[in-house]
Amino acid sequence: MSGSGPAIAMRGISKSFTGVRALRDVGFDCAPGEVHALAGENGAGKSTLMKVLSGVYRPDAGTIAINGVDHHFKHPMDALRAGISIIYQEFSLLPERTVAQNIFLGREPTRYGIIDQKAMDREARRVIALFGPTHHLKPDTVVSELDVPSQQLVEIAKAVSLNAKVIVMDEPTAALNDAECEVLFALVETLKKSGVAIIYITHRMREITRLADRVTVLKDGAVAASFDAVPAPDVIVHAMVGRDIDDYYAPAAVPEEIGPTMLSVRGAGNDRLNDISFDLRAGEIAGFAGLQGAGRVALAMALFGVSPFTHGEVSLAGRPALFRNPREAIRAGIGLLPGDRKAEALVLMQSVSDNGMLTARGLSPVAGSDRKTSFVSDQEMNRLLEQVDVRAADYAQEIKNLSGGNQQKAIVARWLALNPKLLIFIEPTRGIDVNAKAGIYHLMRDLARKGAAIMMVSSDLPEVLGTADRIFVMRSGELAGEFARGVSEAQVMLAATGETATKPEAA
Amino acid sequence: MTEKAVKMTDTNLFAGKRRLPQVNPVYFVLAALLCAIALSNPNFLEPTGYMNFLKRAAPLAILAAGQIYVIVSGGFDLSVGSVITLTVVGSSMLLDNNDDATWWVILVMFAIGAAVGLINGLVVSYLRVPSLIATLGMMITLNGAAFMWSSGSPRGYLPDTFRFFGRFNIKGMPLIQFLPVALIVLVVVGLALFWLMHRTNLGRLLHAVGDNPRAAQMSGVPVERIRIFAFVISSLSAVTAGILLGGFAGVSTDVGTGYELQAITATVIGGAQLLGGRGSVPASIAGALTLAAIFTLLNFIGLPKPTRDVVQGLILIAAVVLATYRRNRTGGR
Repeated sequence: MSGSGPAIAMRGISKSFTGVRALRDVGFDCAPGEVHALAGENGAGKSTLMKVLSGVYRPDAGTIAINGVDHHFKHPMDALRAGISIIYQEFSLLPERTVAQNIFLGREPTRYGIIDQKAMDREARRVIALFGPTHHLKPDTVVSELDVPSQQLVEIAKAVSLNAKVIVMDEPTAALNDAECEVLFALVETLKKSGVAIIYITHRMREITRLADRVTVLKDGAVAASFDAVPAPDVIVHAMVGRDIDDYYAPAAVPEEIGPTMLSVRGAGNDRLNDISFDLRAGEIAGFAGLQGAGRVALAMALFGVSPFTHGEVSLAGRPALFRNPREAIRAGIGLLPGDRKAEALVLMQSVSDNGMLTARGLSPVAGSDRKTSFVSDQEMNRLLEQVDVRAADYAQEIKNLSGGNQQKAIVARWLALNPKLLIFIEPTRGIDVNAKAGIYHLMRDLARKGAAIMMVSSDLPEVLGTADRIFVMRSGELAGEFARGVSEAQVMLAATGETATKPEAA
Repeated sequence: MTEKAVKMTDTNLFAGKRRLPQVNPVYFVLAALLCAIALSNPNFLEPTGYMNFLKRAAPLAILAAGQIYVIVSGGFDLSVGSVITLTVVGSSMLLDNNDDATWWVILVMFAIGAAVGLINGLVVSYLRVPSLIATLGMMITLNGAAFMWSSGSPRGYLPDTFRFFGRFNIKGMPLIQFLPVALIVLVVVGLALFWLMHRTNLGRLLHAVGDNPRAAQMSGVPVERIRIFAFVISSLSAVTAGILLGGFAGVSTDVGTGYELQAITATVIGGAQLLGGRGSVPASIAGALTLAAIFTLLNFIGLPKPTRDVVQGLILIAAVVLATYRRNRTGGR
């Protein structure tokens, strides 16, 4: 009776919401000790499928079998008891409790009716030890004091401590940097060896290649493709998008497209940055790589006047360009797309069109008509929004109902209206699906071709290597290296972590 | 590059949920209340009835149309009631029963109002004092100033040239027989404030600043200047309301008391978002008329002033609760 079948087998799952078919006859299984990657664009049905699996939604049709036995989950607790544990993108931790308290929330070990603190700490330590011997997480740390990656690890520890037979990870690396990803990958390997079935949701090809044994791709609520061995990334992408993206990254700049020096920085610095010197030329995309906190965002914010340089020289198109606030920088021809769109770029209750016109209006006379600014009219803005392919029923609708990719494109349109000389993109494709990502890369190249210098700060290294004409690497607030297009990921990582710089000194 | 099929599905997904014609419910509530008043008191349908109602409601309506600027920009202006008091008391002191002084006194009052708004705006924008506290401080200061100016016993008369705006009617109009000057002022000010909020850059920028000040600042919006504009407009509307009130209320040091909260209540009834980013001038005026209609109705029923205060407080809470509920249901996050 027990155990030869897959740990989990979903057959013919269908689910509709008020007329919209979210899932159509989906089959998915995962064996013990296997990592089965679930890929697909945003809205393809990945999350809905996992909510069916975890008992949040009840399927309209189809069966779920665990170790060959059919189960009907009426409540998420049923699924939990059956050994299915889901780690969602949004955390469900209590911020003011300790790590151990969070791991054992609701099922604390007791002794004579009171919580057995020692047993809880001991068990928490055992689980954390699975992350590797070097990990710094302590059972008695309050969760709110942890950074986001560590909180993610606590979520995972919670699932592990439940002795889950099936663990679902929903884009677990979204908030992690490369080093932290390595910790997570090692953990996945450990769990796999101990016989846990792991369903790994992601749209990062690198992680699929690295971790997965099998891949299933969902598209429009149905299985678009299922592979028993991991194929080449472009095969997966093709299945996700339904067409080839052989032009996924935009082509590099040809020499004729590179113009004169647009931005020149000499010996500039502030409390986060030290002795920064570099030039950017019109028509080129410069990628800035480095670890979290290496100073890439600080450099962008210094150029944009948010946290200005305190010394050094900066010139933009030959004019002095040390700005004390964004307004000055924008007037001089700098634009910036922040990494945290919701907090720093979008006015969510306003329309798509209003979001596009925001900067143009901010720099125009206040008593002027809202339909005609000094830079762009509302009709021209609508054309720009069309041109960058913002998909909305109506540009008069509130922007908060659009997908991340469409919101980002609307902000690109905001800057297009001003014809900036230098446009800074910070994490331009964070939280954006594959199709929209390709769109953003091509928009960046189009802007460069029109004569702007593009500065791209991104933690997604393949994206930097695929898009940028030149790659700058930052480390501890300084420029640690400069590479031409075609550099390998390993070379960039070496420069970012400081391996190359320390060796000559040691020798 | 655009796939038409994808575009179609996107469009359909949105078409079901959004773009339903949405009329602000305040207009229905106002219409229902006016019907209720007309039923309980048929005289209301005579020109003297409804015209007097509009005349009495005009100061609050103008005040609400100014307050909405501050609300939309993400603040509160509690100083407007004290600006009304200062306007009425100050005018009576400066005029000193001199008919000819009216025009320059009105100009001086608007100048004082602009200065008050400017100070409010500067304190909120540059000294980073929360607007609730900054304008509360201004309210106490101005009430004290009005008291000091009049030595606590303001003289009881304003000349007729001043009372013209709040009190007098243009007679012999066809169909409606007479038209209060206060109503003309309300229409003119209302149209001007409507235009400024809903047809200019300033209006859109006020919405942006109230919606997300950080994003507005990072997008090059002069956030401080926009906030100052909002406070100046609110104060100027309070001076206007004060001039109208001077026409039919007596001169006293508590003539403006309570108006600040009535104005905020009116904007909320009109569907404004209390922490900024959403609001409408016509709906705020309708909100003010609704509040005035409720008071009129309660008056007809014979409820005393304290009961009306209780009702006003409950309405304020209920309006916010309803607005939140409506937003949650219509899928806002």
